Amino acid sequence: MFKIITAVIGRDLKLAMRRQADIVSALFFFIIVVSLFPLGIGPEPDLLRKLAPGVLWVAALLATMLSLPRLFADDHRDGTLEQLALAPHPLGLVVTGKVIAHWLVSGLPLALVAPVLGIQFDLSADALIVLTFAILIGTPALSGIGAIGAALTLGLRGGGVLVSLLVLPLYIPVLIFGAGAVDATVTGLGGEGHLSLLAALTFASLGFAPWATAAALKIALE
Amino acid sequence: MKDRFNLYRFASPATFYPLAGAMIPYFVAVSVVFGLAGLWLGMLVAPTDFQQGEGYRIIFIHVPASWMSMFIYLVMAFWAAIGLAFNTRLSGMMAQALAPTGALMAFLSLLTGALWGKPMWGAWWVWDARLTSELILLFLYIGYMALTAAIDDNRRSDKAGALLLLVGVVNIPIIYFSVKWWNTLHQGSSVNLAKSSMATTMLWGMLLMAMCFWMYSIAIAFMRVRTIMLERERNTEWVKAVLTGGEK
Repeated sequence: MFKIITAVIGRDLKLAMRRQADIVSALFFFIIVVSLFPLGIGPEPDLLRKLAPGVLWVAALLATMLSLPRLFADDHRDGTLEQLALAPHPLGLVVTGKVIAHWLVSGLPLALVAPVLGIQFDLSADALIVLTFAILIGTPALSGIGAIGAALTLGLRGGGVLVSLLVLPLYIPVLIFGAGAVDATVTGLGGEGHLSLLAALTFASLGFAPWATAAALKIALE
Repeated sequence: MKDRFNLYRFASPATFYPLAGAMIPYFVAVSVVFGLAGLWLGMLVAPTDFQQGEGYRIIFIHVPASWMSMFIYLVMAFWAAIGLAFNTRLSGMMAQALAPTGALMAFLSLLTGALWGKPMWGAWWVWDARLTSELILLFLYIGYMALTAAIDDNRRSDKAGALLLLVGVVNIPIIYFSVKWWNTLHQGSSVNLAKSSMATTMLWGMLLMAMCFWMYSIAIAFMRVRTIMLERERNTEWVKAVLTGGEK
């Protein structure tokens, strides 16, 4: 069971490494969007400190979404996806592998640059740690839920815009608890509760979303 | 030859089309009757609220619209589950026929809520849990309609839409509670069957209006599903017979 997951992860990572520009552009999209906010709002540190969690999380949502259409599109175009669906392994496990690979390529880099961007917003050290940790454990849920949307819109015209309509409303709980964790830390309430819920969302979506995604892929491949 | 009544007979568009057509006038009539009774009770009979004055009367539209917006999503999810499980053609059509009405109800609920909120809270919009989740419900409706509209193949559009509905219905409680914990300022629910905090006439007016909205939704969904049937089955004999042989 784990063999097929690790095999898919290895394959997707190798493909991603051959096209590093894709990873880097999504990452820079995140950095640019976050950097635009102080320019739009003004440089007062108090205001920025208050806005930082929300701004960083919304930007993380958008950056993750940006890379979603590519999750299945390339494999669909060259026929790999059909072969994966025909393989004796359950398609849900294959999708689990692809989701994990997607997170390693798109979610993990966000968590790595988040503290740097947090400094731009004058966040305290505690808040930076919680922010990084929240993005680290929250983004797998984004990849998992997003995979459903990517599979549903596979091969459709205007798929990129459509995927955002489908997926963004479902991202709201992650946004609320992710930004809430940082907020609670800043106000001194402690973010453990939010982080626990965020981890719960991640585990639930990693457990269930791949199977919904597999069903959506089968519909799309019919 | 056995010719007993069989409910599954109406699972086919060819037989459901005339049945829906025959039922629409009744639903419209019942909706109008309930609507007139509800409006009479709500606007003329129900006493003026001592805190909110006459402005509260918008709840006779607001509350039924909110109920319907949530209920229609559940009905759509029900049809989605039936369609995915039994591969029935009609369930996808029903779900697609209901979606615009559900979106309209969600929009009406937000609109009347804003009109009520301005004099009562002093703001058109506040970010409290119920308003926000109603807004998210509207987004879910729009996402569903956008997805089904983007897929040309009917079979795929039904199934993909059904899957999205099921995913949405699982997520609604999660979204609701996350938004609720995020912020709560709304007044508590005042409809309670055991111990209602409002006058009986108000409750009856509201229930009558809810029935009116309910019947309206069924009638309009039937009208829409008839159009969808004709469009999708345009190459079949029964549609030709319907279209050339006059009405019904």
